Amino acid sequence: MSIATQEGVTGQDHRVFVTGCEAVARAVMTAKPSVIASYPITPQTEIVEKLSLFIGENGSECQFIAVESEHSALSACIGASSCGVRTFTATSSHGLLYMAEMVHWAAIARLPIVMANANRALGSGWNIWADHLDALSLRDAGWIQFFASSVQEVYDTILIAFRVAENEGVMLPAMVNLDGFLLTHINQPLNLVDDDLYISEFLDDLKMEHALNFDSPHTLGTLIAPTDNYRVQHDRKVGMERAKTVIREAEEEFLRLFGRAYSPVPEYRTDDAEVLLVAMGTLAKEAEEAVDIMRFRGIKAGLLQVRQFRPFPDEIIDILERSPADTIVVVDRNYSGGCGGILAQEIKARLYSADVKREIVSVIAGLGGQDISAEDLVEIVKIRGGEYWWGI
Amino acid sequence: MIEVRFHSRGGQGGATAAKILGMAAFLDGKYSASLAVYGAERRGAAVVAGTRISDSEVRRYSNLKSPDYVVILDPVLVEIADVTEGADAKTIFLINNRGERPAALEDFILYSVDATTISLDLGLKVAGTPVLNTPMLGALAKLGLVKQNSLKKAIRQTYSEPKNIKAADLAHERVVRVQNRRFILEESEEFAEEVYETIEEAV
Amino acid sequence: MVVAETKKQDRLSKNRINKAEYLLKGNSSCPGCTAMLAIRHILKAAGPDTFALVGACCAVVCEGVYPNTCMAIPTLDTAFACTAAMASGVRAAVRDRGINVIAIAGDGGTVDIGVQALSGAIERNDDFLYVCYDNEAYGNTGMQRSGSTPFGAVTTTTPFGKREDKKDIAAIIGAHNPPYMATACASYPIDLQRKVERALSIEGTKFIHVLAPCPPGWRISTDKAIEVGKLAVKSCSFFLYEMEERKIRMSKPSINAIKKPIPVREYYRVQGRFARMSDEEIEISQQKIDANIAYFREVCDL
Repeated sequence: MSIATQEGVTGQDHRVFVTGCEAVARAVMTAKPSVIASYPITPQTEIVEKLSLFIGENGSECQFIAVESEHSALSACIGASSCGVRTFTATSSHGLLYMAEMVHWAAIARLPIVMANANRALGSGWNIWADHLDALSLRDAGWIQFFASSVQEVYDTILIAFRVAENEGVMLPAMVNLDGFLLTHINQPLNLVDDDLYISEFLDDLKMEHALNFDSPHTLGTLIAPTDNYRVQHDRKVGMERAKTVIREAEEEFLRLFGRAYSPVPEYRTDDAEVLLVAMGTLAKEAEEAVDIMRFRGIKAGLLQVRQFRPFPDEIIDILERSPADTIVVVDRNYSGGCGGILAQEIKARLYSADVKREIVSVIAGLGGQDISAEDLVEIVKIRGGEYWWGI
Repeated sequence: MIEVRFHSRGGQGGATAAKILGMAAFLDGKYSASLAVYGAERRGAAVVAGTRISDSEVRRYSNLKSPDYVVILDPVLVEIADVTEGADAKTIFLINNRGERPAALEDFILYSVDATTISLDLGLKVAGTPVLNTPMLGALAKLGLVKQNSLKKAIRQTYSEPKNIKAADLAHERVVRVQNRRFILEESEEFAEEVYETIEEAV
Repeated sequence: MVVAETKKQDRLSKNRINKAEYLLKGNSSCPGCTAMLAIRHILKAAGPDTFALVGACCAVVCEGVYPNTCMAIPTLDTAFACTAAMASGVRAAVRDRGINVIAIAGDGGTVDIGVQALSGAIERNDDFLYVCYDNEAYGNTGMQRSGSTPFGAVTTTTPFGKREDKKDIAAIIGAHNPPYMATACASYPIDLQRKVERALSIEGTKFIHVLAPCPPGWRISTDKAIEVGKLAVKSCSFFLYEMEERKIRMSKPSINAIKKPIPVREYYRVQGRFARMSDEEIEISQQKIDANIAYFREVCDL
């Protein structure tokens, strides 16, 4: 489906067997940030630990700030980024929500910070397992958001995220989401990129016109009156629109240089599908297995993986428009209280705007790490009706 | 696709065993994925870890439901964990003990190796307790899952203590199939019948 | 659940430990955990008329998984940064001073992410006892460094040994001049209980800092945890004292230690987390300790 690997691009010594967390750390070191400020939180702790190790081992120029909270982590990154240097942080669920005001802040300040977020459920009630509500509850903050479905994809998407975030026409922070434990802790084979090639060809030096400097001293983040604030917000919208094309260009360049193909909404066996599954994160991969099982039994099922969540991909409407499928079963690993599964809501809204009519079934599954197997998804595809909670 | 499930107690290296097996399969040129089911991580708590091995991309992340192999690092777990969940007549069990067959594993294919003694004899200990995962992996390799050389390479990449390799090799040699009691009983019943026939004839 | 009734008189008797248990057996702590041991003694000293708050730390995981809990008294588990703030809220609701309010958090949740809320509570003098049990790292998430991790200690985020000094939380809290503050150690349970009793008899925000050796985190064997706590005190790596109205009252074990301290090397030697320290670093550490000894000697007139 989504990852095509050119033969001969990666040799045996460029492949390792590592966790999603280590893959994040390796990608970050390849991008050579100047400042990393991060606070440990299960299940992202290995990212912070590996970064501490890699930085210490290799005499890296990167400064690691051992902050005392997530709010401070993002605040420190904002401070550094405001001076025009490349920064990175990583967090999860409560940590992300603890820095929530700064998450908005970073996007409004147009700072190209890259963050890895391990998707984990929120409490009360400590549940540390995979759930998408943490990142999705900040979907309005204006960050670019990706949801990865494998260790390789996590690694590659971080590498792509730096380039997209730092693009002069975009200049927005980017969040790469990986499922807690399912991706953070799983060991899978990982093809590494050539570090020098990445730096020389794929990622330019960071150029931020608005960074603090002595040549043209200015103040960042002053009071801004009602007469002007909305213009700043509109500028953000323009940047996010541009991100759509910049992301596609970056993905094409990544394929050319490193041999792996990515797109905003990868499709699996959708051409003649009569029913479509839509999912994000590892559920999308598990769903590929489910599609194969169904096809084997003569059911024409297909899968859409929503890999790019923000900016919300126009591609999904194009795909649904031309798809022969009448029924779309959207699996949400989240629930917006008083509203519904978030992916389902967003898709319905877009379909309506595009005047495309399809039956959307919203299935809420996988909350707080609820185990969802390919066999479960085979049953889920049969569900009809408005909203269904798997297991209730 | 092959599924291997590891049952251990926190601190015994069950999760690492799953990773090393995955690494060995990866070195064999296979696609593998290893994951532990994480609960409250306390020393002594029951831990389940799994490895999936395939020739093509492993796309499953869900709990292991139909294990082809079940590895039990600590025989006590047979009492406190559901080690037979999803297992069938073809599942191969490997247990760390002295060749006994626990009642719960009555009808399953069972292999045994005394990993505890192997490690104690080698003086291979961590935090005062014998290392169990590397010898168990050596035994597992004997059952054909991965090449012993790939396994040793994976062990070396994970642990610096060379006794781990020795332990893996010893377990590789010593792992044995545990006979099914019913099979022995049936055999001995047949034998008994033969004896009676002979006696009757004689009489 | 066995909760025996004991007379207040009995609880306060010297060396008489309350037989009742408010921290129940079967909790999921690691073998040799001195943090849970300390909490057990703290709750014995407090008695049944107690509301507890537990921050995001090892202790909350040790409580067990729904639907079980090891706490035999009403307990509110809190988010990481706000244990002290939630305690303020509980006390504002539970106005009967006969009911103790005890907030329990690890060093991470007190010294780092929790210090703001704690500082605010003390400034308001909200009436509760705050206990920080200190295993000198983020134990619950796998031993990452905290501000309370000592110089030279290896943690998963200080793989080459921590460069910075241990944050002296007792001094920080002392600077707020709370009505009562004490330091204690899980290895001296009677001393700890007495301090808890003293604290609970005073109105306002009280703070007790308890050193809690952690076998997996400090890389010691489980049967050595109590001994290591004593070595911390005997080497003056950790001082046991009380502070009221800016006056410091040294506790007996530390008076002895100040008079005749053992070399800090002997404290480091038995812990795997200090294995990376060079002789120079140990010497630097010894000098810092000697300076602290000189300070306390002067302040306490020893």
